[in-house]
Amino acid sequence: MNLKQQDEDVKTVSLSSRPWAATIILVGGVIALLLSIGFSVSFGAADIKFIAVWEAVFHNNPDLTQHQIIQELRLPRVLGAAMVGTSFAVAGAIMQGMTRNPLADSGLLGLNAGAGFALALCFAFFPGLPFLFLILYSFLGAGLGAGLVYGIGSMVRGGLTPLRLVLAGAAVSALLSALSEGIALYFHIGQDLAFWYAGGIAGTNWLQLKIMFPWVLAAVFGAIILSRSITMLSLGDELAKGLGLRSGTVKLAGTIIVLILAGAAVSVVGAVGFVGLIIPHLTRKLVGVDYRLIIPCSAVLGALLVVCADLAARMVNPPYETPLGALVALIGVPFFLYISRKEGRGL
Amino acid sequence: MSPEDWRKQKRDITVMISLGLLIVMAFVLSMNTGFIRLSPLDTLRTLFGGGTAKEELILFDFRLPRIVISVLIGAGLAVSGCIMQGISRNALADPGILGINAGAGLVVLLFVAIYPTTEAAPVFMLPILAWIGAGLTAALIFSLSYKRHKGLLPTRLLLTGIAVAAGISAATIVLTLRISPEKYQFVATWMAGSIWGTNWNFVLALLPFIAVLLPFVFCKARMMNVLNLGEANAIALGARVSREQIVLLMAAVGLAGSCVAVSGGIGFVGLIGPHVARRLVGPKHQVLLPTSALTGSLMVIVADMLGRLILQPSEIPVGIIVAIIGAPYFLYLLARPSS
Repeated sequence: MNLKQQDEDVKTVSLSSRPWAATIILVGGVIALLLSIGFSVSFGAADIKFIAVWEAVFHNNPDLTQHQIIQELRLPRVLGAAMVGTSFAVAGAIMQGMTRNPLADSGLLGLNAGAGFALALCFAFFPGLPFLFLILYSFLGAGLGAGLVYGIGSMVRGGLTPLRLVLAGAAVSALLSALSEGIALYFHIGQDLAFWYAGGIAGTNWLQLKIMFPWVLAAVFGAIILSRSITMLSLGDELAKGLGLRSGTVKLAGTIIVLILAGAAVSVVGAVGFVGLIIPHLTRKLVGVDYRLIIPCSAVLGALLVVCADLAARMVNPPYETPLGALVALIGVPFFLYISRKEGRGL
Repeated sequence: MSPEDWRKQKRDITVMISLGLLIVMAFVLSMNTGFIRLSPLDTLRTLFGGGTAKEELILFDFRLPRIVISVLIGAGLAVSGCIMQGISRNALADPGILGINAGAGLVVLLFVAIYPTTEAAPVFMLPILAWIGAGLTAALIFSLSYKRHKGLLPTRLLLTGIAVAAGISAATIVLTLRISPEKYQFVATWMAGSIWGTNWNFVLALLPFIAVLLPFVFCKARMMNVLNLGEANAIALGARVSREQIVLLMAAVGLAGSCVAVSGGIGFVGLIGPHVARRLVGPKHQVLLPTSALTGSLMVIVADMLGRLILQPSEIPVGIIVAIIGAPYFLYLLARPSS
């Protein structure tokens, strides 16, 4: 690569990042998020008026049933949805940036299956474990899944192509979910686990949120601090090194952040895939290739997607709930096909 | 025939005979194992009509049909995988990874969810339903990964298959949550890949498919060798490529679909059976296809036996055992520099 070429690369990078678009997304996204949270709280098996929602939040009266529903059921649920969406989206953005792989996503790469496996173990051997420990174990599980996939990847000469990464992820997921299924069948916890996998978000409570929130917050901040380095990594290892980046340290920090985010999200909502695939892509299309813009915008849009999907899951077939993961997959699968077609040409 | 060919042929025959002997051994061993153990002598005595009523019941009504089914689905799935690997010219294709098992499973599950009981009449319906599901899925995947003038794109085939499998499992989860707990237990066991149809009706339901499709595919072995040379070469050799691909694919889908109907989602047999076979006898389909059938059968019998042995008195579905053995092997194949 000659100097002129490099110069042009840098120019295209700065040209194709669009701060104004990011500002619009951040401002508009936050407004849309607040609106959809409000809507989501007021909509449900019992419709509650917006004014009542407002009062329940700011002048809570525990004697009123409506206020109780909002405080104890709807609010934690919708906030949980927002947090989970943020976590998956930011985790996906970091993974795609670090691996320069358009198909990276915690669901596809075995992290979700790993966390699920750890939780199956917990359900089977330590029933009634406090939520804090469940979260810790699901971090460990996510780490196990990721470690397996990347371990395989590091053994392949010439690194992992997107196809190989997805295949390794599929095989690791198959292995870990076979183990979880075996455990579930043996201990008769199958339907518990399935319900939890499919719609864990309905049972979110304040305690879970309190435990989750600091982790997610810290991880998202960490991601934003790291975002400049991730942009460099996404331009290629050579260029990153040329710019004086210690890529090993950045990759380690990035991986830890991804594990925390994916582990925390899976422990609340179960194995919801594709959020981490769709949102970062969409964001990159909108704001360009600078991860300082991509990560915060992904966080907002991810939250928006999951809150809306959760709302839709309740509206599709009331009074039943359609599992969130299934609903997201319905959007995610065609999207995956589209990306693998478009960007997978060089595979 | 040159001496080298002759030696190769002799070796192939030795391999097949030894695999056959291993299957017979596994067959006998498998008849002995289970919740109630029968000694080999008791088994033999019962087989020839000298056993007590209880022994006869265990052997003829429970164990034998199950073992026969293991042999059939092992052969069916492995040959199906072998065809898919041949057509797509991708060593990692298999009906499980491409989502064809999942498609068959979804249709069967729909039927089970709607139909009031899980037994009785529908036995003969299940393979046909699974066929339909598998066929629709295969059609979807292939239409998405087919490009005019270029034929099937192997990479796209795998990626599309994985995506479609993910979509179908999402739909499956929605469905499983709606059914009663009793049906759920059945469906969960079935989806994990368990040989649940342990009576002769299931053997009868499955046998025609295997008995017709396997010989048909064996006859097509030469054509598969030609297709393996790549689209352009195959056309130059006078093969009607698209037509042959579709016919072979339908056979593969038929095999996978009917096996899935009785065995649920057993993955990885279709991947590993042909791989091991290729290591043993090489890439010529005349020998590769029958050897795949043998390795597949052996795998499923042994996995089923292990599943009954490991956590007695409860059973681990075959599919789980196969995945626990198969997934690491798959990863090993993936990590190998040459593949």
